[in-house]
Amino acid sequence: MIPAIKVSQIHKRFGTLHALAGVDLEIGQGEFFALLGPNGAGKTTLISILAGLTRADSGYAGVMGHDVVNSYRNARRMLGVVPQELVFDPFFTVRETLVIQSGYYGLKANNVWIDEIIHHLDLADKANVNMRALSGGMKRRVLVAQALVHKPPVIVLDEPTAGVDVELRRGLWDFVRQLNRNGHTIVLTTHYLEEAEELCSRVAMMKQGKIIALDSTRNLLGHATGCSIRLRLLPDELPPALQALGATWEDGYYILTVSTFSGIENVLTVLRQANIQVTEMQLLQPDLEDVFMRMMRDSKDAVSS
Amino acid sequence: MTGFYTLFYKELLRFWKVGFQTILAPLVTTLLYLLIFSHVLQEHVQVYPGVAYTTFLIPGLIMMSVLQNAFANSSSSLIQSKITGNIVFLLLSPLSCYEIFAAYVLASVVRGLMVGLGIYLVTYLFFETLPGSFLWVLAFSIPGSALLGALGIIAGVWAEKFDQLAAFQNFIILPLTFLSGVFYSVHSLPPFWQGLSHINPFFYMIDGFRYGFFGLSDVSPWLGLGVVMVCLLAVSWVALVMLKTGYKLVH
Repeated sequence: MIPAIKVSQIHKRFGTLHALAGVDLEIGQGEFFALLGPNGAGKTTLISILAGLTRADSGYAGVMGHDVVNSYRNARRMLGVVPQELVFDPFFTVRETLVIQSGYYGLKANNVWIDEIIHHLDLADKANVNMRALSGGMKRRVLVAQALVHKPPVIVLDEPTAGVDVELRRGLWDFVRQLNRNGHTIVLTTHYLEEAEELCSRVAMMKQGKIIALDSTRNLLGHATGCSIRLRLLPDELPPALQALGATWEDGYYILTVSTFSGIENVLTVLRQANIQVTEMQLLQPDLEDVFMRMMRDSKDAVSS
Repeated sequence: MTGFYTLFYKELLRFWKVGFQTILAPLVTTLLYLLIFSHVLQEHVQVYPGVAYTTFLIPGLIMMSVLQNAFANSSSSLIQSKITGNIVFLLLSPLSCYEIFAAYVLASVVRGLMVGLGIYLVTYLFFETLPGSFLWVLAFSIPGSALLGALGIIAGVWAEKFDQLAAFQNFIILPLTFLSGVFYSVHSLPPFWQGLSHINPFFYMIDGFRYGFFGLSDVSPWLGLGVVMVCLLAVSWVALVMLKTGYKLVH
């Protein structure tokens, strides 16, 4: 099957900044994919190259098998992009905006679909309101709607929930999930790691223009070897033997990291021998944030050397 | 075709929605020019025998507004889209550079002609000036406004701030239109300024357009038409190259 997105050996420099330093990435059709990384990692540059807003210095980028430069018209018909910035045309109403955007893609009688997205994104009572009069959250919804007018098989959302209230975020993700179930490939960049963890089946982590980790969300979480336990002790003091386990103290709780589950048994044994009672114990599951933070730390030396 | 047609329609809708500023304001300004200049100069100046100064002035003023508004349309639309960032919707679309070019230029032509027609109709009420040849009037106003529309694309793409666009407008477009013989015949100028006027493409547009009214002109309308066409092709080529290479639009 043709990959939804294929990128190979993409390089992009802005002056002295090597924004993308040889990125290879393949995203299959129907995937829900997350692109993670700190600001300046190159996520938006990569998306801009796919969308044709930026031109790569070298390398190949394609959407559904169409080269984004040589076959740009086909590539763009396959791609819907929700830009990061809250942009809008102040001259038009919501419906006009959508009808115009749809026309750019060569679609004339598209009102049924436009009505459907307006309905799904809860824009019905704002449909004939000028864009200027909408709140930030509403403008964000219109941006999503604009990316969908031509029913693109691949949808890219560049930090769509930045500065968006919880309710809209929920609604947006439900809608995007539904699109994914209907067969659309979804690629998102986000700062909220829990979102990626909850939604995405596969994750790429970027740093300084390179992909430093690319795996299924489950595997990445699995790599976070070990787990943490949170303990409340009576008396509230940790035996010296356990200080080595990277112990931290927070609001009356000790947090210890153990590499395997059997390590927990060891901790409990030491505590029993020291005559310290465990009044509360909690097992903390590793999350993507831990993996992310560690990846970023570990790759520091590799990238800078 | 739908893509091109949509962008064309969007551009029309854009200026139509702010019609006070894009159609009525230039109409009023031009009528004020006419009122003041004709009041001051009517008795003193006669450019062509048998043609009153006010009557002489009308076609020049109309054409000047046509050209200025054609330029304003594409240039201001582009710079606004760039500064507010909504140009991204155009860049994400599968529209080709030819479709984008044609849509912006045609919308500029429509705006230019609408303003021109508006001024003509109002002046007709008072002076009843009828063009001798509508064909010549159109032969100059259509390519002329297309030329300025294309020039507006260049300026709008090039400028990064409103300030730069205003500079383009005030230091290039405005002097060229004012010094093109709108208010006088270049024959009345000293030889040096007469020669200089002949390298100003705006002079040929105004002169040819006026020929459509009186059948009198400083140079042959055919020569004028040739100059306008060559300029139109050259400016269009530059605008298309800019759009095709993504100059200042694609990074």
